Amino acid sequence: MNKTGLVFQREYITRVSKRSFLLLTILIPLIIIGFYVAIIYVSVSKNTTEQKVAVVDRAGIFGPGDLRQKEFSFRLFDSTQAASLDATYDKQGFDGYLMVPPDAVDHPENIRFHRKSEAGSGAQTDLNNILEYIIGRRRMEAAHIDPARIKQLTPDININATIGNESRQSVSDVARGVGYTAGFLIYFILLIYGTTVMRGIMEEKTSRIAEVIISSVKPFQLMTGKILGIGAVGLTQFVIWGVLIYILQMIVPSVFPQIGSALHNAGPGSMLGMLLREARALNFWLIIGSFIFYFVGGYFLYASLFAAVGSAVSDDAQEAQQMVMPITLIVVFSLVIMTKATADPNSGIAVFGSIFPLTSPIVMMGRIPYGIPTIPLWQILCSAVLLILGFIFTTWFCAKIYRTGILLYGKKVTFREMLRWGLKKS
Amino acid sequence: MSHILEVQHLKKYYATQKAVDDISFSIPSGSIFGLLGPNGAGKTTLLRMITGIFYPDSGNILFDGRPYHPENDLVHIGYMPEERGLYKKMKIGDQALYLARLKGLGKQEAAEKVRYWFHKLDMDSWYNKKTQDLSKGMGQKLQFVTTILHNPKLIILDEPFSGLDPVNANLIKDEIYHLARAGSTVIFSTHRMEQVEEICDRIILVNQGKKILDGTVTQVKQDFKENLFHLEVNGPLRPASHPSFEVMQPKERSLILRIQPGYTSNDILSYFIGRGDVIVSFQEMLPSLNDIFIKLVEGTPLARQFQNLQA
Repeated sequence: MNKTGLVFQREYITRVSKRSFLLLTILIPLIIIGFYVAIIYVSVSKNTTEQKVAVVDRAGIFGPGDLRQKEFSFRLFDSTQAASLDATYDKQGFDGYLMVPPDAVDHPENIRFHRKSEAGSGAQTDLNNILEYIIGRRRMEAAHIDPARIKQLTPDININATIGNESRQSVSDVARGVGYTAGFLIYFILLIYGTTVMRGIMEEKTSRIAEVIISSVKPFQLMTGKILGIGAVGLTQFVIWGVLIYILQMIVPSVFPQIGSALHNAGPGSMLGMLLREARALNFWLIIGSFIFYFVGGYFLYASLFAAVGSAVSDDAQEAQQMVMPITLIVVFSLVIMTKATADPNSGIAVFGSIFPLTSPIVMMGRIPYGIPTIPLWQILCSAVLLILGFIFTTWFCAKIYRTGILLYGKKVTFREMLRWGLKKS
Repeated sequence: MSHILEVQHLKKYYATQKAVDDISFSIPSGSIFGLLGPNGAGKTTLLRMITGIFYPDSGNILFDGRPYHPENDLVHIGYMPEERGLYKKMKIGDQALYLARLKGLGKQEAAEKVRYWFHKLDMDSWYNKKTQDLSKGMGQKLQFVTTILHNPKLIILDEPFSGLDPVNANLIKDEIYHLARAGSTVIFSTHRMEQVEEICDRIILVNQGKKILDGTVTQVKQDFKENLFHLEVNGPLRPASHPSFEVMQPKERSLILRIQPGYTSNDILSYFIGRGDVIVSFQEMLPSLNDIFIKLVEGTPLARQFQNLQA
């Protein structure tokens, strides 16, 4: 086996067999899914606390079909009981007491409602809606208008824009969310795995094993083996996460049926339904393909930068933090551009940021979900080619810094020196 | 005699120093070779060029009679650098296996060698321990094993005994002899002269990037001898004087004498025997390598000065 392969194998196996790797890899999808279940559960669950209300309906607005609505169940009482109910409704097991005066259809503001305790604004709004509906129906009857006819005449407008010359749907809202998530993921990948590379190299340097290894392996092989190994660890982690999340989201609807039915029943007019429809219109192959490409390309580009810093610092963690600052700043800056790009994918700074190799992995992922005609193909290709050239350059440049730095002890290295090492002829 | 390694006019300049400045030497196969020099003399740079870590600015290295190609020849070299360490959290057995495989051994072969050497040096119980559990001396022992595991033709040891107790130092020393007898060549870099005197056949002394001494240990000692003799008698010594010698340090029962040109030790002995002294011992005083080292290095600036070479 070649030596880069051996280094790769060691990096991969020691990291994957660590307990913390397993813990993190299994735990994170559980947390994500748990979060997602919690959000959906809370947002779709009905206000299920049943409200029993005693009603004295002097106007006669409640029809037999109106007695159970939403969380409310109404029980009608004769008007003679009004006085005793007013005092004892709570003792008879009711949550509230509704008094509808004879002129309620014309003066609904005279309707009175007592309740023993606060029920939250949701229940109050529901009650208002119920009464509005009932009284509205009475008023229409009085004006001889058929409510069914009104419903028929009310338009339900939800404009679907199509993009370019194709009859494809606009995906703006979902694209923005997906782009943001993807960009954020790349941001985390670059920082987390980049720092892992840096730490690994610092460990080799401070434990003084670097020279032992370099007497049998070329520095370039050691560096690339390490970068590839850690990259593979990251990729493995992502694959496991992807599979776990996929499986869990298949299981969740059957474990929590109300979530499944909520997703299923989301009608065309509802927000959820619209988002689902938009999501189906996204070009997932393009998004997944680009994600893998920018993951790998961005990782290679940044990992070699982190490697150069790791090789140049001595065992001082604080010094490492200082030296790594410029790199971290660029990554954070990319994130800022990405946020802008998801909202306005064709603004000047978004276009520049998604082509310039240091920012493109994050920024382009923010734009990609908008799809090809919105993001011109030439920009994607240009960005891809530049990223490849970019990581070839940083790997070549940083390998030279690495080769000098890894064997240098006890000296604080300046950026100027690192630059000189990088520019030195090999 | 064939030479395992020949170094010809090797140069390596750093930005501010001539680290190695035109050094040539050759090492006969199967010998134990001492590379000596004060701190910062350029030893490590020299070794790093021999191990392919650095490329020389100019000059040639011949390995086994052919131009040196690190990619192919590194398999035949075992290098234990002065700045050495191990992965702290890796199991010792795995670590030895990994280092052996980096030297080009197959999986099977590496495992056998690791087991063989661990058994030989009484390290069997270490296999599943982590490096962080080892003492410094145990670490050194492990380092040594990983250096020689792949049966290299040329073994380079930079300060191999630092941190070892006498028992383990002797163990390693014996292994070095064994390896040399079995045909390996050993380069031994140190500034502990008594070890060099004991172990090495040949030495070179490097100072300020230049070679200032080269030869066998016996030869070097002969070259630097000052014709001093130590004489001891069994009784109070009377003042002595004779054209064959000059008294250097008179003591109560012994003398240090310098023999004068044109005379031999027999002339001195005849004089003392002739006047009735009973001689207990008479011995030529050869300088120790330590003395030679100090004599040669003394007078040069202790620390190397930085110079600007970037013209």
